[in-house]
Amino acid sequence: MSSAAAKKHRPKYLSLPAILFEIRLPLPGWVSILHRISGALLVFPFTAWLLYMLDVSLATQQGFDRIQGYLQLPLVKLGLLLFIWAFCHHFCAGIRYLLLDLNRGVELRLARASSAVVIAAGLLLTAYFGTKLW
Amino acid sequence: MVKRLVVGAHYGLRDWLAQRVTAALMAVYALIVAGAFLSGQPMTYGAWRELFARGWMRVATLLFAASLAWHAWVGTRDILMDYVKHDGLRLALEVLTVLLLAGYLSWTIEILWR
Repeated sequence: MSSAAAKKHRPKYLSLPAILFEIRLPLPGWVSILHRISGALLVFPFTAWLLYMLDVSLATQQGFDRIQGYLQLPLVKLGLLLFIWAFCHHFCAGIRYLLLDLNRGVELRLARASSAVVIAAGLLLTAYFGTKLW
Repeated sequence: MVKRLVVGAHYGLRDWLAQRVTAALMAVYALIVAGAFLSGQPMTYGAWRELFARGWMRVATLLFAASLAWHAWVGTRDILMDYVKHDGLRLALEVLTVLLLAGYLSWTIEILWR
């Protein structure tokens, strides 16, 4: 880019309402932003939460019983369900990115189709593990 | 095909590759753990403790934790580079991330070899 072009004032159209209501992401864009959001959630708080449960449940028999009771609480199950979604979506989207890195499914039609598959698979797996949980 | 001269320390390529290798490692571990959970046997404290007392399980779990730390560092840094434009704030958040991930790794070691 020449310096003249760099100095030219270009309007940005990224107000919050525009991001929320006007910019329509294509399906691969949704997979991408959800990959980031789920990844961030997995780093914090979910890893800390799961490590806490692993720690307490492995330390003593009482701790193990306490975690088993804790896992029966509806709010905890809801949190676990969000974790399961974040993990499954991140997992499926990650496999899609690995395939894209290998130049598999790069064409627009396939990329859109695989995006739909990833979003659906994340939700279906969450529903499956959710029924196991309840 | 663009022929370009790659110069510098190759941090980008190394991290890009590391993120993918660690992802594959963690995926294998996750499938094994998910399979164990889905086998449907009610878990007792004795079986739970014994599982994490096994040498291979400890090594696999430590490998998972180390992979997670590296993978999450690359991912978090990518997110911070994209959204946090203020240099000082980004540096602070990066330091916080490193501390958090190092803390996770140490905590995992403490849990496994108590």
